[in-house]
Amino acid sequence: MTLALAVDISLALLVLAVAGWIIAVRDTFGAVIGFVAYGLLLALVWIRLAAPDVALTEAAIGGGLTGALLIGAAARLRGTEAAARAEYPGALTRMLAAILAVTVTAALAIGVLALPDPAPTLAPAATASLAMTGVGNPVTAVLLAFRAMDTLLEAIVVLLALLGVWSLAPDRAWGGCPGPRRLVDPDGVLAYLARLLPPIGIIVGLYIFWIGADLPGGKFQGATILAAMWLLVIWAGLADTPPISRTWLRILLVIGPLVFIAIGFAGAITAGAVLAYPEGYAKPLIVAIEIALMPTLVLTLALLVAGAPQRMPLQ
Amino acid sequence: MSLVLDIFTIVAVSAGAFFFLAGTVGLLRFPDTLTRLHALTKADNLGLGLVVLGLLPQAQQPFDVIKLIAIWLFALLAGATVGQLMARVARRERPTP
Repeated sequence: MTLALAVDISLALLVLAVAGWIIAVRDTFGAVIGFVAYGLLLALVWIRLAAPDVALTEAAIGGGLTGALLIGAAARLRGTEAAARAEYPGALTRMLAAILAVTVTAALAIGVLALPDPAPTLAPAATASLAMTGVGNPVTAVLLAFRAMDTLLEAIVVLLALLGVWSLAPDRAWGGCPGPRRLVDPDGVLAYLARLLPPIGIIVGLYIFWIGADLPGGKFQGATILAAMWLLVIWAGLADTPPISRTWLRILLVIGPLVFIAIGFAGAITAGAVLAYPEGYAKPLIVAIEIALMPTLVLTLALLVAGAPQRMPLQ
Repeated sequence: MSLVLDIFTIVAVSAGAFFFLAGTVGLLRFPDTLTRLHALTKADNLGLGLVVLGLLPQAQQPFDVIKLIAIWLFALLAGATVGQLMARVARRERPTP
């Protein structure tokens, strides 16, 4: 047995153990922390499978952003947790839940085991057509040229999720600032970190966004880092969340999908199909879409974590 | 020369792994939050520092050296900040003796 295989097997066992622990643990906060660790371990698994693009996304979105959302949810649920735990479901409910879970798992297992071996793949076709798109990273080519429709819908879905979060605002706070007001502690370590880290984080975020055309990286991963930097400044109390009624905010929130849709429909005239790019213009159009999507994603991801509007801005 | 560098890597990375192990033992065995935090952050700083130090001779390009050191510095910064924040919460919520 080689050393690499031993590492892979331990990693797989560790992922399974953490997954089992997340399900078994009774404490919501503990389960959320387990989920973050699970996301980071899963990112390592993707690295071992030679899929750095997926690994970056998993670490940024799966572990980091979703983890932050779940920690917020767990903190809100803390008050009701004792009551929820007291309502222990009856034996019949638990048995039905177990049967349902086992059935779903069995169906998934049968589906995976029934996959043809070797699995059908479009990778050679994608690689062969890579030159037509002008980008060097095949993952970016798939996301923004071959399967652009999926990416467009993805960008719209996160925006809809943000509208869902905003709709939880009480009437008096509609149009106001998301989240509680944070008071700055000028000597605090958080304020220190929020002054030190963002300049570096912004460069790293933009670098990961820009390099995505040719190497692993991209807008989602870069946008998550930029959103994290903004949230750090907000949480340290150095800046406040903008009121959601601001026009500039709303324009930036929709500009990414709008540019994407506009270029997509322009493709129907210039290239003969919706979301097709005219020959020779693929690269600049892809870059234009990515640049337009960037502010939308940064704002959407950060505001998702910031939560529903809670208060009106100070006059 | 490469043999010497390889031995240096093995020794430094093993020492780093030992500090991680010691930190984990401390995390599991120490009696209260502050001492557990101490064990954890020490292990992160020293353990990761030694692992990075050991990997430096194996770097292919000068840029990789900078990246490795940057990773260590960021982990130091994050560890120190989060350690401080958690210690403050622990001290505030400590039951009065």
